[in-house]
Amino acid sequence: MEVGTTRNVVIVGSGPAGLTAAVYTARANLQPLVIEGELSSTSDQPGGQLMLTTDVENFPGFPNGIMGPQLMMSMREQAERFGAEIVTKKATKVDLSASPIAIWTEDPDAAEPDVTTKSLIISTGASSLMLGLPNEARLLGYGVSTCATCDGFFFRDKRIAVIGGGDSALEEALFLTKFGDSVTIVHRRKELRASKIMQDRAFKNEKIDFVWDSAVVDILGDEKVSGIKIQDVITGEDRELAVDGVFVAIGHEPNTGLFKGQLAMDAAGYLVTEGGTRTALPGVFACGDVQDHVYRQAITAAGSGCMAAIDTERYLASFE
Amino acid sequence: MADNIITVSDDTFDEEVGASDTPVLVDFWAEWCGPCKMVAPVLEEIANDKAGALKIAKLNVDDNPRTAQRYQVMSIPTLLLFKDGEPASRIVGARSKNQILSEFDPHLV
Repeated sequence: MEVGTTRNVVIVGSGPAGLTAAVYTARANLQPLVIEGELSSTSDQPGGQLMLTTDVENFPGFPNGIMGPQLMMSMREQAERFGAEIVTKKATKVDLSASPIAIWTEDPDAAEPDVTTKSLIISTGASSLMLGLPNEARLLGYGVSTCATCDGFFFRDKRIAVIGGGDSALEEALFLTKFGDSVTIVHRRKELRASKIMQDRAFKNEKIDFVWDSAVVDILGDEKVSGIKIQDVITGEDRELAVDGVFVAIGHEPNTGLFKGQLAMDAAGYLVTEGGTRTALPGVFACGDVQDHVYRQAITAAGSGCMAAIDTERYLASFE
Repeated sequence: MADNIITVSDDTFDEEVGASDTPVLVDFWAEWCGPCKMVAPVLEEIANDKAGALKIAKLNVDDNPRTAQRYQVMSIPTLLLFKDGEPASRIVGARSKNQILSEFDPHLV
């Protein structure tokens, strides 16, 4: 990363949205810099949520499906081929009121930013929510998991609980039936949010059963998970369910902490965009899951990344 | 793969890791684990930086379930640092190079 020169465009985040924006802005000769993030055990990492999946069956162009990490590595390679510069760092602070826009990737308290740019594309995505229970953090890696595709293997012939009622919960549950003896889906409501096709598959699967109207209030176990304590949300009654593994899939929250107080957000914290990918600040664009809690697909994220690139290109051209 | 990264199995674990004079960082991984693939190049860098002070050993959990079970590995990637044959420190999940070093460095003196 060259210090002291102002970039045309910086892209923060490297999921399908960010990397598509990188391909397009690189091909438009804008020499984009992608701040791709750092490795972590959550989806807040280079490549984003697809890094924690296996088969992606619905990305057009891959009739036999493609592995999520493979798809992301290909997108990254494609962006680099056209000259995008990619750094494996996390943005630690941004100042959107500065002109040019200032971005820190090291010490956020440093007087000088690490990079400045004429325009910014925000594609920081969303992370999976955790239950927020003390024992959940303690037993993470000892039966509590955030990645079914990584950890399902360790629960061969074991009893598994999946928490949640959306598409990702059912996807994980169905995947886990390949390993587990039983998979119990614990959901706070009486009906699922998941798509019809996923519901049909789950209801048909003999290994899957459901516990409705129930919230998880504790995770049990000393050295490793031995069960969960669930509360019936209607009667208020507690009971214990013996399981060896707990997979949490209760939804996502946008990674927008960096932009608090600087950009408009909706009640759930998603960035608000208008007329494509524009935020209220000129030269600042947002794409992908960070501004979309409706569609949340790899292909819609990629599509909006392309839109952000074109919006950026036009914005920069307006000064020429 | 760097010269100072070795591959260990259920059969060679005690000899290569248990009896090692130098600390050994064992990477529990599998082919189907995306985050494991991401952490692999980071470990190569660490292997080069720490040559002589640290050995890095890769253990495929698919082929070597006994060792994974023995150390209660239930999530991968898991990075386990062995000192004098005993686990000294553990990281569950992929991490950046800096985060890995700041966790393990205090054990390497």
